[in-house]
Amino acid sequence: MVAMTGYLLESAWPAITRLGVEFLTRVEWDPVQGIFGALPGIYGTLLTSVLAMAIAIPVSLGVAIFLAELAPNWLRGPASLLVEMLAAVPSVVIGLWGLFVMVPVIRSPIERWLGQSLGFLPFFQGPPFGVGFLAGGLILAIMALPILTAIARDSILAVPSSQREAMLALGATRWEAISQAVLPYARSGIVAAAMLGFGRALGETMAVTMVIGNGYRLTPQLFSPGNTMASKIAIEFNEASGDLYIGALVELGLVLFAITLVVNLLGRIMIRWMAPGQRVGAQQ
Amino acid sequence: MIGQYTRRKVTNYLMLTLCGLATLAAIAILLLVVGYTAVNGLPYLNLEFITQTARPLGEPGGGMRNEIIGTLILVGLASAIGLPVGLLAGSFLAEYGDGRVGTAVRLVADVLTGVPSVVIGIFVYIIMVRSMGTFSALSGGVALAIIMLPIVARTTEEMMRLIPATYREAALALGISRWRTIISVVIPGAMTGIVTGSMLAVARITGETAPLIFTALGNRFGFSGLLNPIAAMPLQIWRYATSAYDTWHQQAWAASFLLVIFVLFINISVRWLTARRYGYTR
Repeated sequence: MVAMTGYLLESAWPAITRLGVEFLTRVEWDPVQGIFGALPGIYGTLLTSVLAMAIAIPVSLGVAIFLAELAPNWLRGPASLLVEMLAAVPSVVIGLWGLFVMVPVIRSPIERWLGQSLGFLPFFQGPPFGVGFLAGGLILAIMALPILTAIARDSILAVPSSQREAMLALGATRWEAISQAVLPYARSGIVAAAMLGFGRALGETMAVTMVIGNGYRLTPQLFSPGNTMASKIAIEFNEASGDLYIGALVELGLVLFAITLVVNLLGRIMIRWMAPGQRVGAQQ
Repeated sequence: MIGQYTRRKVTNYLMLTLCGLATLAAIAILLLVVGYTAVNGLPYLNLEFITQTARPLGEPGGGMRNEIIGTLILVGLASAIGLPVGLLAGSFLAEYGDGRVGTAVRLVADVLTGVPSVVIGIFVYIIMVRSMGTFSALSGGVALAIIMLPIVARTTEEMMRLIPATYREAALALGISRWRTIISVVIPGAMTGIVTGSMLAVARITGETAPLIFTALGNRFGFSGLLNPIAAMPLQIWRYATSAYDTWHQQAWAASFLLVIFVLFINISVRWLTARRYGYTR
């Protein structure tokens, strides 16, 4: 780890010294003139990941509640297995599926409809490309779903059943028992799940690279092609020439590394703090 | 009062239904992904696909022999490096890992799991590709090994901790040295778990693409030594998928199907084995 940070720093050094702090705030990315700015990449990474979380957190919470509380016993095993298998599918395959199956669907019904009915919002303006931030966010939501579900389910299962029974005995409906007794009890586990899922989404490369469309701009329009830090690196690294260009890409990787490190550490600390000695989701 | 009661019941059913629908959606996505891959890939997955190399554009047929061999070599290399180191690290954590060093190593391993694979790719590019002056199979193997390391280490640790302390004490009481105890008593007992963990790690790295871009690079002309660029299936799927030719897209689907089959097979058989061995279902 230490070696990794060291080498990354050393290799990014020409870029860090030459580009300075402006690297983080600049919008242009022009290798020919040696101008590099990371802001659209950082923005793209955060935008797609936040979008993914906005979709994946409610869905995976629903799945986790279903698996932990509602599913009959014969269904619980197979359903959990299927959701977890989603995590096993290689990201390049999900990207392939996203590019050829999901993107056309996004382009024609979804983005057109959003543009027509909600077009007054800045997010839903612009031509429907199909590939872009929205597609990237959706694919990340799919990829973050299994880990979110697994940890949220484990922390819901860890809630003592006396909590539920007390609510039900007071005449609460099942949903009221879940939302007012179980979920608050499992809250820290769910937050930790969200953090780890967020970390996963931030660093995910291949699937996003294939559906995000390789643009590089700072725009609120979700239909616009964009780039994340990871996809920018994946697309350009082999073509990069010169210390400065490579250094800039490495520095981009360094920024990504730092962000995921912080997010993951927070998630781990929360898991440990939530269940001392139990280590829910330690193998995820 | 009736109104409030009805509202509560309606909310109840609505939310519970939503939870069920979310589960259906999640499962549907998996079935859609696997289904599309099968439908699009199966027609092109034949003997020719496995035994032939790629044909020039425009000629029908051809296969991915080079890529399949390349992936096997890369995964083999990564396992040869990652498994022993992971095993040793896991043993250390399980047997000696209660102190401050153990906690630190554990934390590093956990964090390493979360490091984006692109970043690992760049790291290996800097330490190996740049200093050796060429993209190589070896560096690809090292990158994959780094990804697999924390997974193997952590599962090994978890499995070895399941071995009761009385076993160790019995061995030590017979005058057997510590390392001999670990090798002859603890590791055999935890073997099933260690093997399944290693299989999962292998399945995980087989589909890895991002780190290979900067290390293995890809190679259209077959295997030519560990110090030269090497082809890999996930890389080729990516290149083909983002190309503009239908025949290449077909090859990408077929290769994806092969990957998915392999990965799902390992995962499901591991589940089956562990469920039988330890008697829990998850």
